[in-house]
Amino acid sequence: MVKQLSNWGNYPILDCDESSFTQEEQLTQYVNTHDHIIARGNGRCYGDASLGEHSISTLRYDKVLQFDTENGIFECQAGITLDQVLAITVPRGWFLPVTPGTKFITIGGAVASDVHGKNHHAEGSFSNHVITMDVLTGVGFMSCSPENNPDLFWATCGGMGLTGIITKVQFRLKKIETAYIRQKQIKAENLDEIIRLFDEYKDYTYSMAWIDCLKKGKNFGRSILIVGEHATKEELSDKQKAAPLLLPDKLKLTIPFNLPSFVLNNFTVKAFNMLYYAKNYKKEMNGVVPYEPFFYPLDAIHHWNRGYGKQGFVQYQFVLPIDRKEGLAAIMHRISDKGWGSFLAVLKVFGKQDDLISFPMEGYTLALDFPVRKGLFPFLDELDALVLEYGGKLYLSKDARMQQEVFWKSYPNAERFANIINTYNPVGKFRSVQSDRLLITKP
Amino acid sequence: MMIPTVLILGAGSDMAVAIARKFAANNYAIQLAARKPELLHAQEQDLRIRHNVAVTSHGFDALDFESHVSFFQSLPVKPDVVICVFGYLGDQEKGQNDWQEASRILHTNYTGAVSILNVVAEDMAARKTGTIIGISSVAGDRGRMSNYLYGSAKAGFTAYLSGLRNRLFHAGVHVMSVQPGFVNTRMTEGLTLPPLLTAQPEEVANDIFKAASKKKNVVYSKWFWRYIMLIITSIPEFIFKKLKL
Repeated sequence: MVKQLSNWGNYPILDCDESSFTQEEQLTQYVNTHDHIIARGNGRCYGDASLGEHSISTLRYDKVLQFDTENGIFECQAGITLDQVLAITVPRGWFLPVTPGTKFITIGGAVASDVHGKNHHAEGSFSNHVITMDVLTGVGFMSCSPENNPDLFWATCGGMGLTGIITKVQFRLKKIETAYIRQKQIKAENLDEIIRLFDEYKDYTYSMAWIDCLKKGKNFGRSILIVGEHATKEELSDKQKAAPLLLPDKLKLTIPFNLPSFVLNNFTVKAFNMLYYAKNYKKEMNGVVPYEPFFYPLDAIHHWNRGYGKQGFVQYQFVLPIDRKEGLAAIMHRISDKGWGSFLAVLKVFGKQDDLISFPMEGYTLALDFPVRKGLFPFLDELDALVLEYGGKLYLSKDARMQQEVFWKSYPNAERFANIINTYNPVGKFRSVQSDRLLITKP
Repeated sequence: MMIPTVLILGAGSDMAVAIARKFAANNYAIQLAARKPELLHAQEQDLRIRHNVAVTSHGFDALDFESHVSFFQSLPVKPDVVICVFGYLGDQEKGQNDWQEASRILHTNYTGAVSILNVVAEDMAARKTGTIIGISSVAGDRGRMSNYLYGSAKAGFTAYLSGLRNRLFHAGVHVMSVQPGFVNTRMTEGLTLPPLLTAQPEEVANDIFKAASKKKNVVYSKWFWRYIMLIITSIPEFIFKKLKL
């Protein structure tokens, strides 16, 4: 049925015909009788990557098929969400190998966006942990893995659903002793210091920083580095030790983010983030916390995206090569001068990654929200030009507006990717508003 | 303590998936029954892995009335709870002049349900224990031009359940009827449903489980449908017939 759909940024909102399936045969029949199809999971990508004329929802295709608790191998249908996976695996001592900042995405989405987490520098992106998967391509069902049909595999990891519908995924989990994280938070006065801290603490498995993008002068780039490790049993308090793998029942927040969504406007975000900085009254703070607030602080606010109002917002996430950190300062200066971005942004250092089309590469990545307003897109085009100048690129899962030449210039394997798409999706059956906009598929 | 078993008739639907997960999460062994049991394999595995419970699958066709006795006899364990989830919304307009469609709507939602629950009722009455849950519909509370074939079959089913409840009370067997309003499932995918009035299958499953443990007789899901339907059934017929509902 045709309805108005939008993803997490609430921009753009488009008329899409949405259907779902619970059996493989229903999906095959749908694909055989429709064109212009794009798979959609839980709608947590920010822009138009999962919007198209016919969007096929994978949410009802959510069954767990295999869980080898000895070796930590998990196989499931693509529509299951990460929070459902965690509910099954954590009590048995296994964790997701890689998780983004929300647990409300599907496994299919995790592959199609090849999501990264706070451990990218240590453990890579999600695709590095995928053993095998099934994709309904434009030429039928196919299995693929790094060894079997590797071109399909690598074009599907980070390929934004353009090779077809990911139906089943088998991946490796990570052993944990407890459901807790030993966390360290360190305040940095400015950008130079945070970059130095990232380097100093690079042996931690998990790291990221909340960075203040609006502060100018000597506190330009002031931030809080947050690093963590899965806690061992010995590191837990006596109370925690009683049930070390206890699944958090409800989110218990350690930061004051649990506001009703309607108060999340520019002014209050500023005020609360001031408090957030002030809360870290010491230079360094240590603690053992449940995994949820560590990995998913924003999931606590249902629909925090609505805080940006009806116009929606875009999330701007770029990565710059490791040797071009002067670019980071240049772009951040432009943002702080304009004063339009979110007060807080996420800064993270990626490790090496060199594959076909996934977003991560060794370097610095910054993500921040821009509420949609007049003049925003020309301004973001200016930022894009800087990103290009410094050899960086933008994250397709968050993009809603990049011009096609930015994509073709910044993704080094764009041409090869498009050729592989042509092999597996020869008549452009699978395409999104984004892929048409970027001319990866023919509009 | 013995692990209780729940039989879910019409196990492939979204509502059934949610109900099975809810009961499995509460440590029930699960019997899934559907027309094509071979399609239940993934669902079986899913329930086992998520909730560590025993699950079996069985072939069951609501329209094959003759087979219902042998179907029930063939179950490896007699269930403690039987939930009749299957239903067929059908196409009202088509059914108005296509008896094939009309009879499929009536026989799936009413005759088929009565046929299998008669068998279940005999067994539970003899054992003097058990719970029967029938998923009916608010569409059965008053006939409307847009779906009165489906609605009339559900009305019959609602009346059947209430009579069965009356009879089996004396045998110590509990019968509960569920009247869901709009539910977001594959069955309703083609319809425009008002979001505020539409429940997710998981909400209906939670309501059913909670109400069954409290031995409720009739449960509306979402709860306010009871009052919506109270208003709708209170409209005098001479006005109601003029509305286009």
